[in-house]
Amino acid sequence: MDTFKSLVAILLTAVLVNNYVLRQFLGICPFLGVSKKLNQAVGMGVAVTFVMLLATAVTWPIQVFVLNNLGLEYMQTIVFILVIAALVQFVEIFLKKFIPSLHKSLGVYLPLITTNCAVLGVTINNIKDGFNFGESMVNSLGCGLGFMLAMVLFSGVRSRIDESDIPEHFKGLPATLIAASFVSLAFFGFEGVVDNLFA
Amino acid sequence: MKKNNYWKILITGLLKENPVFVLILGTCPTLAMSNSVTSAVGMGLAATAVLICSNAVVSLLRKFIPDSVRIPCYIVVIAGFVTLVEMFIHAYLPDLYESLGVFLALITVNCIILGRAEMFAGKNTVGKSVLDGIGMGLGFTIALLCMATVREVIGAGSFAGIPIPFMENYKIEFFVKAPGGLMVYGILIAVVNIITKGKAIKKKEFNCAGCPSAGVCNGGCKANEAKEGE
Repeated sequence: MDTFKSLVAILLTAVLVNNYVLRQFLGICPFLGVSKKLNQAVGMGVAVTFVMLLATAVTWPIQVFVLNNLGLEYMQTIVFILVIAALVQFVEIFLKKFIPSLHKSLGVYLPLITTNCAVLGVTINNIKDGFNFGESMVNSLGCGLGFMLAMVLFSGVRSRIDESDIPEHFKGLPATLIAASFVSLAFFGFEGVVDNLFA
Repeated sequence: MKKNNYWKILITGLLKENPVFVLILGTCPTLAMSNSVTSAVGMGLAATAVLICSNAVVSLLRKFIPDSVRIPCYIVVIAGFVTLVEMFIHAYLPDLYESLGVFLALITVNCIILGRAEMFAGKNTVGKSVLDGIGMGLGFTIALLCMATVREVIGAGSFAGIPIPFMENYKIEFFVKAPGGLMVYGILIAVVNIITKGKAIKKKEFNCAGCPSAGVCNGGCKANEAKEGE
């Protein structure tokens, strides 16, 4: 029961309190770039969640069983980025060949994710926080869902900005950033929620 | 004339094509590390060091790297230098290492560095690439410093950790937290817009043309844009 509780706590913390996009500024580029329309935001969110889970499932054993055993911890960054890049390519080829319908809807987002700092960030953070395999997977799921939540919420906000009358110099990127600031402010409301939930 | 040319490359990175305020690259570390002046300068200089070294090596190897695998090669070169810088900072500046945290390793995927390797170093001589690295790196550092100064002075009432007499009684914590970063960044871009009368910002919106990862994604985002147009 206690393990279940701690897993739920990790999940909720990752989704709401330590939201990767709005609180930790990881993966801002896709957040600003692909959040114009709701269906794109959902597609990107699903793709990121999927790659995060997959990357964690591969990099965690590599770190624990290979790098730590051989005393090569300092190779972490190089190994992780190569593994993620290879993985994304492999998934794309696999989907194209065997599940073309899924490739059609997710495929376009996959290559964009290779150099997304949220994916590399979550794999490094899992190791840094000393999570075991189960906790790492739950944390990655939470981060991915949090990313999707932020994207979906923000796509709603953005559709309103496009129609509103804003000063000439604030049009485009500045207005988008300031809107993101308010969405981020809203997430401050979740601070402390998880701690009190299980107290 | 030739000397003039080199000078131009250096200045381009600093002002005309400032990576943060004009090209809008490297937004993640900009937002995350600009809450204090010390970490902003640390981040800026670490990224500059990686950028100069990777530009030099990429430009040296530009004739040997086959075109089809250039992006993975660039990433390995960059990740190697990031690891070096990471070890150096861990050994000599442990406080800075703590405050930069995961963002130090994430310099690897900083789009300024991969973007410059792809757009500049892969096509130019070593000397020019190094100068471009210095210009872009310092441009990044100065932009970070500007943002961090605004945020730390208003948000924490101090500059580089030294309290400012009057300001420290009236600090507005909003500015050192996450939402403040987004807001200050938005306002600063708008200010640059006003000063240059809207000519400077190359990228009004995020799209494929201005995306440094365009080489990585094999036109994936173009397909995406076409889909959007339907």
